[in-house]
Amino acid sequence: MANPSTLYPTAGAPEAHPIFGKLTWEVVPLYDPVIFTTLIGTVVLGTTLVAAITYYRLWGYLWREWITTIDHKKIGIMYMILAIVMLVRGFADAILMRTHQALASAGHGGYLDAHHYDQVFTAHGVIMIFFVAMPFVTGFMNYIMPLQIGARDVAFPFLNNFSFWLTVSGAILIMMSLFVGEFATTGWLAYPPLSGLEFSPGVGMDYFLWSLNIAGIGTTLSGINLIVTLVKMRAPGMTWMKMPVFCWTTLCTNVLIVATFPVLTATLALLTADRYIGTHFFTSEMGGNPMMYVNLIWIWGHPEVYILTLPVFGIFSEVVPTFTGKRLFGYTSMVYATCVIMILSYIVWLHHFFTMGAGANVNAFFGITTMVISIPTGAKLFNWLFTMYKGRIRYEVPMLWVIGFMLTFVIGGMTGVLLAVPPADYVLHNSLFLVAHFHNVIIGGVVFGIFAGINYWFPKAFGFRLDPFWGKVSFWGWIIGFYLAFMPLYVLGLMGVTRRLSQFEDTVYAGYFITAAVGSAFVAIGIVAFFIQIFVSIRNREELRDTTGDPWDGRTLEWSTSSPPPYYNFAFTPRVYELDAWTHMKQCGYRRKTDDYTPIHMPRYTATGAVLSGLMTVMGFAFVWHIWWLVVLSFLATVVYGIAHTFNYDRDYHIPADEVREVETARTSVLARAAE
Amino acid sequence: MVTIVVRLLRIVSLLAVAVIMSGCRMVVLDPPGDVAAQQGELIVYATVLMMIVILPVMALTVFFAWRYRESNTDATYDPDWDHSISLEIVVWSVPLAIIICLAGLTWVATHRLNPYDPLRRLSAEEPIDPTVEPMVVQVVAMDWKWLFLYPEYGVATVNEAAAIVDRPIEFRLTSTTVMNSFYVPALAGQIYAMAGMQTELNAVMNAPGVYDGFSANYSGAGFSQMRFKFHALDDGGFQDWVDSVASETRPLDRAAFVALDKPSVNHPIIRFDSIEEGLWDRILNMCVGEDEICLNDMQMVDALGGGGVAGLYNRELFRGICSADDPRALFVMLRPSLKERSEEIIAAVSLLPPQDVTQSASPRPDLR
Repeated sequence: MANPSTLYPTAGAPEAHPIFGKLTWEVVPLYDPVIFTTLIGTVVLGTTLVAAITYYRLWGYLWREWITTIDHKKIGIMYMILAIVMLVRGFADAILMRTHQALASAGHGGYLDAHHYDQVFTAHGVIMIFFVAMPFVTGFMNYIMPLQIGARDVAFPFLNNFSFWLTVSGAILIMMSLFVGEFATTGWLAYPPLSGLEFSPGVGMDYFLWSLNIAGIGTTLSGINLIVTLVKMRAPGMTWMKMPVFCWTTLCTNVLIVATFPVLTATLALLTADRYIGTHFFTSEMGGNPMMYVNLIWIWGHPEVYILTLPVFGIFSEVVPTFTGKRLFGYTSMVYATCVIMILSYIVWLHHFFTMGAGANVNAFFGITTMVISIPTGAKLFNWLFTMYKGRIRYEVPMLWVIGFMLTFVIGGMTGVLLAVPPADYVLHNSLFLVAHFHNVIIGGVVFGIFAGINYWFPKAFGFRLDPFWGKVSFWGWIIGFYLAFMPLYVLGLMGVTRRLSQFEDTVYAGYFITAAVGSAFVAIGIVAFFIQIFVSIRNREELRDTTGDPWDGRTLEWSTSSPPPYYNFAFTPRVYELDAWTHMKQCGYRRKTDDYTPIHMPRYTATGAVLSGLMTVMGFAFVWHIWWLVVLSFLATVVYGIAHTFNYDRDYHIPADEVREVETARTSVLARAAE
Repeated sequence: MVTIVVRLLRIVSLLAVAVIMSGCRMVVLDPPGDVAAQQGELIVYATVLMMIVILPVMALTVFFAWRYRESNTDATYDPDWDHSISLEIVVWSVPLAIIICLAGLTWVATHRLNPYDPLRRLSAEEPIDPTVEPMVVQVVAMDWKWLFLYPEYGVATVNEAAAIVDRPIEFRLTSTTVMNSFYVPALAGQIYAMAGMQTELNAVMNAPGVYDGFSANYSGAGFSQMRFKFHALDDGGFQDWVDSVASETRPLDRAAFVALDKPSVNHPIIRFDSIEEGLWDRILNMCVGEDEICLNDMQMVDALGGGGVAGLYNRELFRGICSADDPRALFVMLRPSLKERSEEIIAAVSLLPPQDVTQSASPRPDLR
């Protein structure tokens, strides 16, 4: 078969050079004005940042306090920062697509050629799922869950640091592809044969594979870590059914991660083998079967949807009771609903390809299992609803996001069930209706939940609240932007417009695409307002200061410690008697213990995670460009360094009782001053 | 702040309504083809069914959010109320009831509208005429164009399709390239076209006209232009169309197919007046080119124990033979020593029902 790559020459030399691999000077796409401008901007920004860090002599501080940290709170914050940075990148892609489609549909052809446009939507999908949504929810789980169960850290603190840096490693590789070479042009799930060597001979697909291979290992390790933490490290008295709902959703999420991310890794490894060593797992010829890839990738991919949504369901389950000043309605059914969703999410994957020719029985079975998920999900919505019933709702920013979520998410849920009806899916599959649906649940569910969570827990992490005015501007920007950007796509889907088009035959769709582009401008306002909110809040931090550690009258254990919590979280491990442990403690007239401090056993910081991930980034890059000597070298270095780390016996230390007393006494005086 | 937002919302909603009103019709909900029409109706039914839950939830959300706001001290406040058996029963059983109805609808509709099954009716008013054979159209997705073969009429076209109004059509689809999805929204739902495989779609168009068709599964750089027009014509019109296609002198033989298969974007409409014998089988088995071994040959070899080093030798032997049509010839060449048992073994490895093979009660033979 002819090689379609002739249409758009791929970056890099066709044959690998013994030293430079496929790297040549031409791989930096300076000819493209969009990328060139971005490159200049990035270089300027990066140089400024490096200069500023050097000027303020922050390198040592960053290394000692952040890069080598194994404190779950700092790692959680770093996950959030990674996600926010990548959100900007992913959203820039979104703006490119929306403006391009608006122009193209209006008969102006747009400004991206097909090759560039295809990279943009592929990168947008990959980045938003793997490097925005995932780090956001992992960040929350990392930061909040140990505090909620009264633990001092996660079960394997070093592993936590390693997981984080592996995720960063994946993100670095994907960002590198913007300036060195190209990215995949296959769509975010890279179905073969399109993603095979024959149809995607370029390095873009290899960036995709190595980025996700490395980041995926990090996610699996983090999943194991958090499960063990939840099983082994709950405070005394916290039985399973006294665990906050967020911890339950964290548990179910991580069970899903551990069960499905290995499937992703194995699938991508098989595709990597197809591309690098000439196997034929997923090719059309030689006994390969691309449909097998589609099955495998969705066996990971559908649970992934719940890996993203379950934690935010947990966030909503924390925010609603706090701001309604009321116990969560139907805790038990909430827990069971979460577990049922976890199990059901494994047996629905085929609904992503009803149109691939499965028989009626198979399609009907998977359609119905998909619909069944809406029952526990619906029960959850009702439970939040009845938590508001007979409550006293304070409309702080997190609660606005909750209301926005509840109204928006039901629409996405409804269109989701619609798509689960196989004959309906035959006409809506791959259409813009589908695109509107999953943005409806991911933005209306996951993103809204993330912003609710950020506004809710920010004072815990930094000791001051976020400015509510700019928080509201951000909320309105996002919600108006969402409806403007995606409601037209529902309509376009019903008009039979398919996804991933870069050119249009006629101009009848222009109005809808222009409206959608306007919507993305509103979302941009929401994102900018969020940055202004952070900036303004840091400037006004003294007015927004939270001295009590409990600014919202919270209900769970994280609010019982100071804001920000000390590095050991709790001077004394709390004892739990009730669900909503902190509310119960407050009701029983809990008084902080201020004497008899004992030394606290803590893990020691280590650079191993960052170093290993750095080496693996180099290895990934060398694999992408076929620089074999560097592959061997970095692989050996990784193994040797990893083994050497096992001989490091200086892994923990005790915080002396005096030091604990010092920190706690300082807090006592802050609390006393606040009480005056 | 609030007034600005309200004003903005008003402008925006007016704009949205204006845009929706000015737009063209939603082909997915109101298509002229009966299969697509049933699929569109299903969307409406399912939506109405779900509204039974969705609307009360949305209304209650707004009502509770307003009613139990902090400043409304008239509303009851009961911070410890967190459980109600009767409410729990309602919140689980109402969605359950809806989903049971929807599941029933889904089961029936999925079977009724299975694209592989022959049509059960021409339209809501017209039953199917069992004497009318469906028109077979073979569809090949290529980089980045569609090839249509009409075996009944011996003609073929690129990027142009036609059919007779109210006569059932049976599409058989494959691809020479990556996965594509064949979709004519006015006619019927889509189905994937994949290399080395055949998918099927049964449909009928009930109104004459020219409709859009395209690939609905992203397939690479020329994907946006991978479009064609689907002409629904009456009997006479279709015959005229076939005649005009047949008037060209351009045969679709193996060489022409290989030339056509080269990647191209925005390919012009071409018409072929004849189709080489056996071409479809070769397309399906990915061996139109001169030096390509057919998938079914390879599967036959594998079924007979594989090639190994001998495979290199065997490849020369098979060249030019499409073995699925004549497994015996292949068998004789491959395993001459097992000649006496050949019929038995072919029956055992074949998926086809035994025809002239003598029934044997012996167990599956050892192929080593």
